[in-house]
Amino acid sequence: MTELTRKRPEFRNINAFKDLTTYRMAAAAWVSILHRASGGLMFLLLPLIVWLFDTSVSSEISYERFTSAFQVGLGFVPGWLFKLVVLAIIWAYLHHLIAGVRHLYMDATHSVSKQFGRSSAIVTLVLSIGLTVVLGAKLFGLY
Amino acid sequence: MSVNYGSKRVVTGAHYGLRDWLAQRITAALMVIFTLILLAKVLLVSGPLGYEGWAGVFAPQWMKALTFAIFLALAYHVWVGIRDIWMDYVKPAGLRLALHVFTIVWLLSCLGWAVQVLWRL
Repeated sequence: MTELTRKRPEFRNINAFKDLTTYRMAAAAWVSILHRASGGLMFLLLPLIVWLFDTSVSSEISYERFTSAFQVGLGFVPGWLFKLVVLAIIWAYLHHLIAGVRHLYMDATHSVSKQFGRSSAIVTLVLSIGLTVVLGAKLFGLY
Repeated sequence: MSVNYGSKRVVTGAHYGLRDWLAQRITAALMVIFTLILLAKVLLVSGPLGYEGWAGVFAPQWMKALTFAIFLALAYHVWVGIRDIWMDYVKPAGLRLALHVFTIVWLLSCLGWAVQVLWRL
């Protein structure tokens, strides 16, 4: 290419606030970005998750502290905030697991058609959000 | 363009990402199986679980050993996932290196703590 060509327009750095908000995402797109987001959320809350394991399993006394954290709270954190954060962890875990199994299934069976991508994405969202609601209701004492 | 795919592919020794791609999936499968085992142990307890039931799940030596292996699998799985996130969104090399170091320190600290909890039982 020796002749001078018109400079091609370059698209860099999609602006999250101006451009991303204008995209209409398919179900599979939502599942994908939420898969990443749920993983990132669990990464950030990992110390809390280890703390939950530690307090619940170490001794009878710490177990008491564990259960009471969800009722009356711990330190300056009220009980309902504990439950809310744990609910977020529950959703993140469920979505990440189900979307991950979807990945593994698509890898193993090569079901990579657009139709399957859509239907499996809808199943993922329904299952993960549904189970979150069910477990969340139990967590918040609705049954 | 020279033919450089399939059987004519020239493998130079650059890192192609296959190990981490596979490791992410294998660790995921292991964790799913472990989750099912854990779920079975917890659900097949008659009456409320309580401290005794819960701590009792992790008391046998084989369960401690298995859980330890799963913690290691989790650490590798998380590393691959988070490294991919940094790789996709953080272009400046110095900043990305710092984030890699932070990620590893974060993960190793959580891993060490979790292992300590396991063997304190």
